[in-house]
Order: sequence, then structure tokens, then C-alpha cells
Amino acid sequence: MGKITKQDVEYVSGLAHLTLDEETKERLVGELSEILGYMEKLNELDTSNIEPTMHALEMTNVYREDKVQPSLDRETALMNAPDSDGEYFLVPKILDTE
Amino acid sequence: MEYEAVIGMEVHVELNTDSKVFCGCSTDFDAPPNTNVCPVCLGMPGVLPVINRMAVEYSVAAGLALGCTISRWSKMDRKNYFYPDLAKNYQISQYDLPLTYDGSLEIEVDGVRKRIGITRAHLEEDTARNTHSLGGGVSGVDFNRSGVALLEIVSEPDIRSAAEAFAYLTALKQILQYLGVSDCNMEEGSLRAEANISLRPVGATEFGTKTEVKNVASFSGTQRAIEYEIARQRAILEEGGAVLQETRGWDADRGVTVSQRSKESAHDYRYFPEPDLVPLAVDEAWEATIRETLPELPQARRDRFMEQYGLPAYDTGVLTADRAMADYFEAVVEAGAEPKQAGNWVMGDLQKLLADGDVPIGECRVEPDGLAAMIGLIDKGVISGKIAKDVLAEMFATGKAPGTVVEQRGLVQISDADELAEVARAVIEANPGPAGDYRGGKKNALGFLVGQMMKATKGKANPKLANELLQHELEKG
Repeated sequence: MGKITKQDVEYVSGLAHLTLDEETKERLVGELSEILGYMEKLNELDTSNIEPTMHALEMTNVYREDKVQPSLDRETALMNAPDSDGEYFLVPKILDTE
Repeated sequence: MEYEAVIGMEVHVELNTDSKVFCGCSTDFDAPPNTNVCPVCLGMPGVLPVINRMAVEYSVAAGLALGCTISRWSKMDRKNYFYPDLAKNYQISQYDLPLTYDGSLEIEVDGVRKRIGITRAHLEEDTARNTHSLGGGVSGVDFNRSGVALLEIVSEPDIRSAAEAFAYLTALKQILQYLGVSDCNMEEGSLRAEANISLRPVGATEFGTKTEVKNVASFSGTQRAIEYEIARQRAILEEGGAVLQETRGWDADRGVTVSQRSKESAHDYRYFPEPDLVPLAVDEAWEATIRETLPELPQARRDRFMEQYGLPAYDTGVLTADRAMADYFEAVVEAGAEPKQAGNWVMGDLQKLLADGDVPIGECRVEPDGLAAMIGLIDKGVISGKIAKDVLAEMFATGKAPGTVVEQRGLVQISDADELAEVARAVIEANPGPAGDYRGGKKNALGFLVGQMMKATKGKANPKLANELLQHELEKG
């Protein structure tokens, strides 16, 4: 795997909605490359006979029954909203549609 | 050049669980905004989702009914993107190991049966609902829908026309409703359909560039949108142009699809395994338990109705379109009605009363044994088929038994020969013209005279007897 470029950092930070200054970008090019380098080191191990790990816990099938539990009252739910009209969370007008 | 359409459908249905998929909030559709919310479905930090067993079982049931393989080992994944309907900035979904995959669904268009492949059906959570009608440069977000269990059903690109897409959606909805796993109510958004459409020259094996059509509020709307999109793409290709890969919204008022391309942000969802939920392992025993709960599915029921009741294909199609309707019909037959007659009343007058009154069959005040009893009254000659229509309407409005309606309104058919003979004589006397015509050989004058007899008896004369007696009296004198 190749080294991380500045374009990679800009792409990833864009996806994460992070605005980075030039200095941080340069620093992250180095740090992310180091992390990938470490992964490459791990890739040297032969894992062909090992099941992929999907989860840190060796558990399956943890469920809850389909029972309705009390919800928050609306006042509490909206308490920390940056903006609300007492009914809805308000956000800047959504123009495009996903 | 001749083109053929290549269509694949993505259908999202909300599962019918009482509580949400990862928390205990109610899924009630009618609740006021943001009253069925908690820290989990609001995406607060530090909370832990716990998966609803019923949502998994409904997904497996749907998968089995669609002939899918059930994964012995499956997991939830995070799909990462930013949008105001998604508080966590990721949706819990399934990526590479869906709960069920590789099935098919049989459709029928113009008498031809065809199988549409089902790529996968996977479990995920619904997102919040946005409202843009508040004005003031803001949109409102209602998290009641956030976290409702959602099943995404993806078809193979096996559909070749708008009519096939319509048939696919209809068949899929029927199956899910038979299973009881979803209401499939498009108006309330519990079923949402998107179509991926591309064109290619007939005989080509490679796919053309596709567009994705969204925002369709009904099955007939989907059909129209697909027809429009096929025509639009064909026009572009015939002019030598290139179809742009994009999402297009259906504008039902104008009957066109409109590009929804916003800023060209390539979707990169960076899926990774959801660390807060452990894998799902549906073993053979669990799968078998769920399989046992499956009801008879629509196609099997249609075949059985033809075989067992000797009904024509059309009738079985109408009667089995809705599971409750099919159950109702069978209950009428079980209560002693002859199947063809029962079918005619259910499909005809009863269906019309239900539709006109916007009453779901589950709330119909005419019980199946009441309808069977009414049909019995016709068979026994107590009421005529014509009077029965009025009787049924009153039963429907009041919930009264047919015998009660007939008695209270004095609707018993007159089958007394002496009484009717008297009426016949009176009618002949009052209508010398038509009577003379009949006697002079114009046999069709009889119809008018029978009509007069019905009028004189307020429709209660036994029609067969009235006919016979009139002829007898006319020929006598």
C-alpha cells in the first residue's frame, strides 16, 4: 500500500466534515502514513487459516424482546437542541434531497 | 436501434414491530413529533443499542418467503454519512453479510409468469423524518421514525418493463402483508420503492448507464415514472447522446423525472462492523421455528382456490390480493355458502361497500356467517338477488343480521302463486297495449309486464314465478 498523500488527507477530512489548516494536514500525512505502515507490518503475518474477527466479544445473539418502553418527554428530548420550536429539532433549511 | 430496459428495484419496508429496532421506543406512526424518542434513537453519546429479536425474526420470515438463503452468520455495520435525518452520522445497516440473500419472486404480466431474482434482504434502521413546511429558513426534524426497523429488499436487474416493475411491487407487497411483517403503506411511508433503470441495445449483455428514480408515492406512480424514464433515456440514446448516471426524483404533478444532483459528493460510506452489536447467528433450529410460522403465501393460495373451489383465475386473483379478504371469503364458504356465489358477493357488492366507505375488511360489520346466511336466503327463495343488494347494504351500515333486515323491512319475496296471479291479472288489465302486443306475437312485451309486476310488489315478486304466471294469464285470456 502506498503512502498517504495530502489529497488523501483532504478527501478523508472532507468526508468527516473537518476543516484542517495546512500545518495539520502535513502532520496528518505523516501520522496516517505511519499507521498504515504499521498495518503493513501486520500484513506480513500469515492469517490464511484464521477467521476474520468481526467483533471483540465472542458472543452472538444478544437481543431484547419487542416491548415498548417509556420514551423521553419531549421537553427533555429537545432540551439540548441547538434550536427547536418546542415540537421539532430545527436545522438550517435542507435544500437538496438525499 | 431497438433498446431493452434493465430495471432493478430497491424497496424499503418498515417492519411491524411494536418497538424500534435498537431501543424500546414505540413505532406508533400517529404520535406527535419527537415523543417516541430516547437517548438511543436520538444518537446521544455513550448509549448502547440492543437489537429487537422480533425485527430479526420478521426479516428472516420475509427472506424465507422470498426463497432466500438465511445467513448462519451475519452482522450489523455502520454506514457513515452526514444528513440532518441521521443524528449519529451513521446508519446501522448491513453491508457484506446480510441476514438473507439469493432468493426470487414470481410475477405475472399478461398471463406470463416470470421469476425476478432477489439479491438480498437486509435489516437496518430507519432515519428521522424532515419537514420543510415550517418556513423561516429552517427544516424540522422529527426523530419518531429514527430507529424504526427497516428491511431493504434489493432485486436483481431482471425487470424489463414498467408493467413488470408494477407486478413485482404488487407481488412483494402481497407477500409481506400475508406475512404480517409490514403494513406496506406507501402513504405513511412504510413502503418506499426506488428503481434503477438503464437501457441497452436488445441482445447486448453489458449494462447501460443507469439512473435511480426516487420520490414515488404509489405503485402506479412508479410505473409511470419508469415509463417516462425509459422514454427519456431512449430519446437521449437515439440522438447519440449519453445518459448521465444520477438520481432523479419523480414529479407526479408534471409527470416527469427531475435530476436531483446536488453537489457532486461521491458517496463513500466507509462501512465498518458495528462494535456495539454482536453478530447475529440464526441457526437451523431457529430458522425452522420461523419457517413454521409462515402462512400460506399468495401464489399457493391462488392455486388452491382454483383447485379447491373451482374458481376462475381472475376471481382467485382478486380474492387473494389481500390476505384478510381471502380469509373472509374462506370464512363465508366455511359458513355454508357456495364458493362461486360467495366469491361474487365478496368481490362485487361487499368490496364496493368497503371501498366506498373506506372501511378495511377487518372492520366490516357484515360477519362472514351473516353474508353466508344472506346467500342462503337467496338460495331458499326468501329474497331475490336484487333485494339482497339492499339487504347487504343495510347489514353493512347497521351490522344487523340478514334475517332481521328482511323481516323489519318486509322484504320477503312473494312466492305465493295465488297472490302473484292476482297481481299479474291487475297488471294485464292496467296495460292493455303491451298485453295485446304479447298476445299478437310480440313476445318481448313480456319484459315490460314483468317490470310492472316488480314495481307493483316493490321488487318483492319472485321473478321466475312472476314470469310464469304472467305468461299463463296472458295465454289464458
